[in-house]
Order: sequence, then C-alpha cells, then structure tokens
Amino acid sequence: MTMKVILDSEQIIDILRHLTNDIISKIPAGQEIAVIGIRSRGEVLAQRLASILSKKLKKEVPCGTLDITLYRDDLNLPQNSSQPDVRTTEIGFNIDNKIIILVDDVLHTGRSARAAMTALIDLGRPQAIRLAVLIDRNGREFPIQADYVGFTADAEPDEIVYVHLVESDGKDEVVIK
Amino acid sequence: MAFMRKTKQFNWNRKHLLGLRELSAEEITYILDTATGFEQVSTRSVKKAPPLRGKVVVNLFFEDSTRTRNSFTLAANRLSADVIEFTQKSSSVSKGETLLDTARNLEAMGIDIVVIRHNAGGAARFLSRNIQAAVVNAGDGFCEHPTQGLLDVYTIRKIRGSLEGLKIAIVGDIAHSRVARSDMWAMTKLGAEVTFVGPPTLMPSQVSKLPVKVSYSLDEVIEKVDVINMLRIQFERLGGNPFPSIREYSRYFGLTVERMQKAKPDILVMHPGPINRGLEMESEVADGKNSVILEQVKNGLAVRMAVLFLVNQAAMVTKEK
Repeated sequence: MTMKVILDSEQIIDILRHLTNDIISKIPAGQEIAVIGIRSRGEVLAQRLASILSKKLKKEVPCGTLDITLYRDDLNLPQNSSQPDVRTTEIGFNIDNKIIILVDDVLHTGRSARAAMTALIDLGRPQAIRLAVLIDRNGREFPIQADYVGFTADAEPDEIVYVHLVESDGKDEVVIK
Repeated sequence: MAFMRKTKQFNWNRKHLLGLRELSAEEITYILDTATGFEQVSTRSVKKAPPLRGKVVVNLFFEDSTRTRNSFTLAANRLSADVIEFTQKSSSVSKGETLLDTARNLEAMGIDIVVIRHNAGGAARFLSRNIQAAVVNAGDGFCEHPTQGLLDVYTIRKIRGSLEGLKIAIVGDIAHSRVARSDMWAMTKLGAEVTFVGPPTLMPSQVSKLPVKVSYSLDEVIEKVDVINMLRIQFERLGGNPFPSIREYSRYFGLTVERMQKAKPDILVMHPGPINRGLEMESEVADGKNSVILEQVKNGLAVRMAVLFLVNQAAMVTKEK
C-alpha cells in the first residue's frame, strides 16, 4: 500500500493560523464564540484552535469535546464485529446563543458532521454552528460543506486520509493511504 | 510506530446480561467506561439520545420493584426506545410454563430487549435460550442482580478511582441476597477484598466456596473497611426465625452512629434500597456525609443505559451472522 504525506508539521501549524484568522474575520464584533471538537482528532485540533483564538482575541475562548457515538446513523444497521466505543462529551459551558466552531480533522462523507449537529442541538440552541476542518476530501454522501477548510485533498474512494497530531500520535502529519 | 493514545481495543459481544459471575474484569470495566459516557445525557437540556430509536424494551417483572423498574424504564426512554411494562405477580401457574408462554407472546410482538425480574433463579437464562430478543437480568431469585452490582462498583470507582485493594464489607441477609452475589463477583473481579458479615443463620450454606471472607461480627470488621454495603432485611423472604428479635439484629448488625465512629473517616456507606430505617441503618447514617445511597440510584440510570445500549449493539452484530 502506498503512503503519501500531504501535509507536514510546519504546514499544519501554518494552516491552523490561517484558519483562526479566517474565523476571527467572520465573527461579528461582540459575538460570543466557542470551539467544540469531535472526538478524537477533532478534540485535539479544537484545543489548538481555541488556544490560538484566545491569544488573538485576548480573551478565553471556551473549548469542549463532543462524542457523537450515540448519534451515528449506522448504530442500528447489522454490523460487522466492531462497535463504536461510547465516550464522554465534555462541554463545560452553555452553548446557547454562542457561535459554535465545530471542529473535525477530515470532512469526508458528511455523516459525522450531521451527527455532531444533532448532538449539539440536544445540548442547547447555539446562535450558529460553523464547521471547521483541517482536511476537506471528496466523497460526500450528505449535503454538508465546511465553512472553514484548511486543505482540500483529492483521494481515491478506497484511500483513507489520516491526520496525525503530536498530542495523540507523537507528530503532526497528514497522510493518504 | 509513533506513540498511540492508549485506547482499548475491546469488543463487547454479549447479547444478554444474565449475571456478573460469567463476565471478565475487562468486560465489567468496559460497561463502567461506557456508562461514564451516558451520565451527561441526564444532565443536559434534552435528556434523550437516539441510539435505541425504534426499538422496543419490555419490562417483564414477576416481582415487586419500584426503583429498578423505574430506572430501567427511564434508561430505555432516555435512549429513545419504546417501553412496554409487563407486571405480573407470580401466580399458581407453574413458573416455567408461565415464562415460556409469556416469552412466546412477546416474540410475536417483535420486541428487541427483555428486562426480566423473577423469583426463580435462572429465569433470565431460561428466557435467553428460548427467545430471539436480548435479555437483561433485573434480578433472579437469590442468584444475581447484575445491574445493581454494576452500579455499586461504578459508584465506588467514581469516588475512589479504582477498586483495586479496597476492603469491602457486605452486611446482613447474605443468604437471600442476589445483590450480595452480584456485588461479590463484580468487586472481587475488580480487585477488592470482600467480607460477608451477618449472623450464621443468614449466611449462604456454601459460603466457604465463594471468593469472600466471612465474619459474624460487624464490630470486628467496621474499623478495617473502605466501603460498607448494608443489605436490606428482606422480611418477605425470611423463613423460620433467623434472629431472635429485630432489636437484637439491629444491635449486632445495624449501622448505628455509635458504630460509625469506629469506621474510617472516609468510609463509603451504601445500601441497595429500600432502607428499613432504624433496622439495618440509623437515619443519621443513611443521610450522613459518608452515605452514597442517592449517588447509587443516580449512577444506576447511567449503568442501565450502558447495558441496554451494549446488548442492543451486540444483537445487531449477531443478526449479521
């Protein structure tokens, strides 16, 4: 199997900086925002984005983690031997009336983003949900597009885009296998 | 290979939860970890999640229960399942027949999960062998009450972090207690040392074959334990005269304020409910700072949500084959 590195550590850091600038430029003055990452790589990216945003905006931008397992659309299909693990949602703030920057590593079919939006509105009523992804790849199955895209990748249908991050994998790197 | 986050690659594949005796420590831990993810469903604005949407859960209770039945109903509702309540006091009809007959009727309705409580040991297992639906044991005779055992270890683990090395006393009517048995299996598998405490007349006959210590004196045990679980005296099950008087039982095996003074300051006081206040436990202790009794009830909901979720997931896998 061939493996192709499409982003290295420096490029990822650069992209996150651009993403935060983009986010800030589109948030109305005085509007409260919060960053929520989809487990598990989205969680790490959300923490990094929130930390950069907090520095640039000179105020603490709340950050949380969303576990979407209970909202997946394939739970009640006959499955192969592996089931998803249910983990915790950790959002220690009220999402009502905030603009929520929903963060995931890869936007592919759009099913995770759909599940995440349903999960979020069970927690409250945000002013808006904006989707930010590091990688936007082809293969959409749902009518969902990201508001903030770090990098657009073309991948064959049988290829998988892996986002590796220092916090979870020891180094920053995006590869296609 | 780069450093990987420590995630357990574990697959739950039991379509039925019949008892804790047959579960591995890994399986028990997996249920507890899963339950952690369900706690927040009950604290947020919409107290419902969709994983059992379109599924039907039957509460098949042949014995009285308020707490357990309500907890299962609420757990199923919070997972978006529909619930049928079936309560029938056991009648003159022989139990085997009733159960099989009932099971066949349920089958015909197309239900997905049966939660069963029955006064005959093995009833849940019998049902699991005769119907297609997933079966969850909510108490069978004197055998097991697995979700109570799970919520007890969940409660202890949540407060203490782990059960490894903890000393736990289970006090009272051990002989008639399925809670004591499920607790024993779960607690010992997770590394705790369990002592059964009570009068000899309320000990199971084969207690020496169980992985527990036995003591006939609460005063000897109280100083040493980290957790004490006070069982309810089940007057409805007691035959003969297992102890001379309620007052005497209470004096020797009741958890009184006086006795609590000998206990470790951070001892956890548990009770599966409903409490006979003043008998196995004084009110001041039941409502005191060491009591985690209401915490147990709260955690029971998350644990039962996890169990319903997991047996349903396993049933989906089974269907594929």
